[in-house]
Amino acid sequence: MSSHDPAELAAARPDFAAIAAWIPQGASVLDLGCGDGSLLRYLKNTRKVRGYGVEISDANIVACIRNGVNVIQSNLESGLSGFESNAFDFVLLSQTLQATRHTEPLVQEMLRVGREGIVSFPNFGYWKARLDVLRGNMPVSEELPYQWYDTPNVHLCTLHDFEDLCNNHRVHILERRVMTGDGEIHLLPNLLGSMAVYRFKRAV
Amino acid sequence: MNTSAGIVSAQHAVFDTPFIFKSGAVLLCYELVYETYGVLNADKSNAILVCHALSGHHHVAGYYADNPNNVGWWDTMIGPGKPVDTNKFFVIGLNNLGGCHGSTGPSSINPETGKPYGASFPVVTVEDWVVSQSRLANLLGIRQFAAVMGGSLGGMQAMQWSLSYPERVRHVLAIATAPHLTAENIAFNDVARNAILTDPDFHGGNFYEHGVVPTRGLRLARMLGHITYLSDDAMADKFGRSLRSGKLGYNYDIEFEIESYLRYQGDKFAAYFDANTYLLMTKALDYFDPARDYNDNLDQAFAAARADFLVLSFTTDWRFSPERSRTIVNALLHNRLNVSYSEISSAHGHDSFLMQHEHYHEVMRAYLNRIAGEFSS
Repeated sequence: MSSHDPAELAAARPDFAAIAAWIPQGASVLDLGCGDGSLLRYLKNTRKVRGYGVEISDANIVACIRNGVNVIQSNLESGLSGFESNAFDFVLLSQTLQATRHTEPLVQEMLRVGREGIVSFPNFGYWKARLDVLRGNMPVSEELPYQWYDTPNVHLCTLHDFEDLCNNHRVHILERRVMTGDGEIHLLPNLLGSMAVYRFKRAV
Repeated sequence: MNTSAGIVSAQHAVFDTPFIFKSGAVLLCYELVYETYGVLNADKSNAILVCHALSGHHHVAGYYADNPNNVGWWDTMIGPGKPVDTNKFFVIGLNNLGGCHGSTGPSSINPETGKPYGASFPVVTVEDWVVSQSRLANLLGIRQFAAVMGGSLGGMQAMQWSLSYPERVRHVLAIATAPHLTAENIAFNDVARNAILTDPDFHGGNFYEHGVVPTRGLRLARMLGHITYLSDDAMADKFGRSLRSGKLGYNYDIEFEIESYLRYQGDKFAAYFDANTYLLMTKALDYFDPARDYNDNLDQAFAAARADFLVLSFTTDWRFSPERSRTIVNALLHNRLNVSYSEISSAHGHDSFLMQHEHYHEVMRAYLNRIAGEFSS
């Protein structure tokens, strides 16, 4: 994604607008697996955040720098030990959760480093995904554009699955938005929503 | 794409206001030799200062009319169309105070005695260099640098700029550097210094008047240093266990290719580098420690900084390892400063920062383009 226009970016990635809506002006943000820095750039433009991205890929480091956002080259799988506790207002994981190997510890690390966490991920419980599986194939869609043999996604889940993870690991969900395309889904979200965004904090 | 800064020539700046060193020592007057590449724009906002490392100097890019083979030490990085694009930036390279390439140093004549300073030349710190560099900036009418950049000891100076003159530098590019040397680093430097100090031709630093040079000490110091600038893998790749004659000689002559290479590097270095300057440079490295005045708290040391930072390290650099750079990055993060960090995959150890490397140069180019976007050319 090379567009720098916030409106264009929001249209291309509906989770961007949902995430931005939860972030107050001037917040500090750590974006894990920040890709080319589009989300950070969007948040910088629309929310004036002080943001940092974490990325492992060389190409994305260059892309982030071109996008004018801060990026730290680091492997998420080795944890966030380089980051101090409570260093950020928000720690984001946009469309990356399903591609992490140590998913549960990473969610905990997000809440160590940040006051709140925000994740977005494709919903594997979406009816089209279920239909693909019923038909006998792994789903391939706009949200899940990979073939089974080349996908980086090792921990796909449904909304129920993610909420179970939170309930079982002392993570308190504050808000949820479920979407299909750019439309918000309220009815039967685990079936009708193709993508979800959650805001959460540590349960006390 | 990759063109040279072309024919360049050194210039001299003479300073006759006394320089007071951090140690308290005073130099009544001194000279700095420097080169510039590119054109300073009308509002003088496109200047980049390049700080050199242990054995560096002012000849950073381009070549000399009378010696086209004498190409600047960072010519891969700096020139028209290169990552540090001299079509956009006005780049300054200088030889640091205490150097041996034209700036006032231990081998210069002390006007008070008419003899070389030798051992009487003050011990210089990174902070001292930054002060002297700021005086050169004043002379050139540069109030604020678009960037100060350097690798290794040069990176330390770049960082120090953000602490000594926070308002005078917009970006710091700190490459293959560290917030301070480790005990192991200091140990290497001490062995190197001992090689020089114990050379019978050193004469307590006043070898000039004896008409000799402590070549053996300098050569050993350089050989040792050179080992630490390379990686085990790079050495294995380049030399392996190759023998010059193909068979064992059962004597102590030069047999392995690596021995031949190191002695060649040592001899080459000893032929032109000043032993006192070597001592002084290694001491500046050892002393650099901005956190020292803040109970070893690097976060507090960087609280004064206002610049944006690019920090780069190299995977096989064990002299200034990626972990050392991460420490710098964390201190900058804790101060909510803008910082980007990349750990470049390279086989060439500490020396990687001087080499042509596609991704490294792409990162530099991207970052410098961003800097160039901030001023009108």
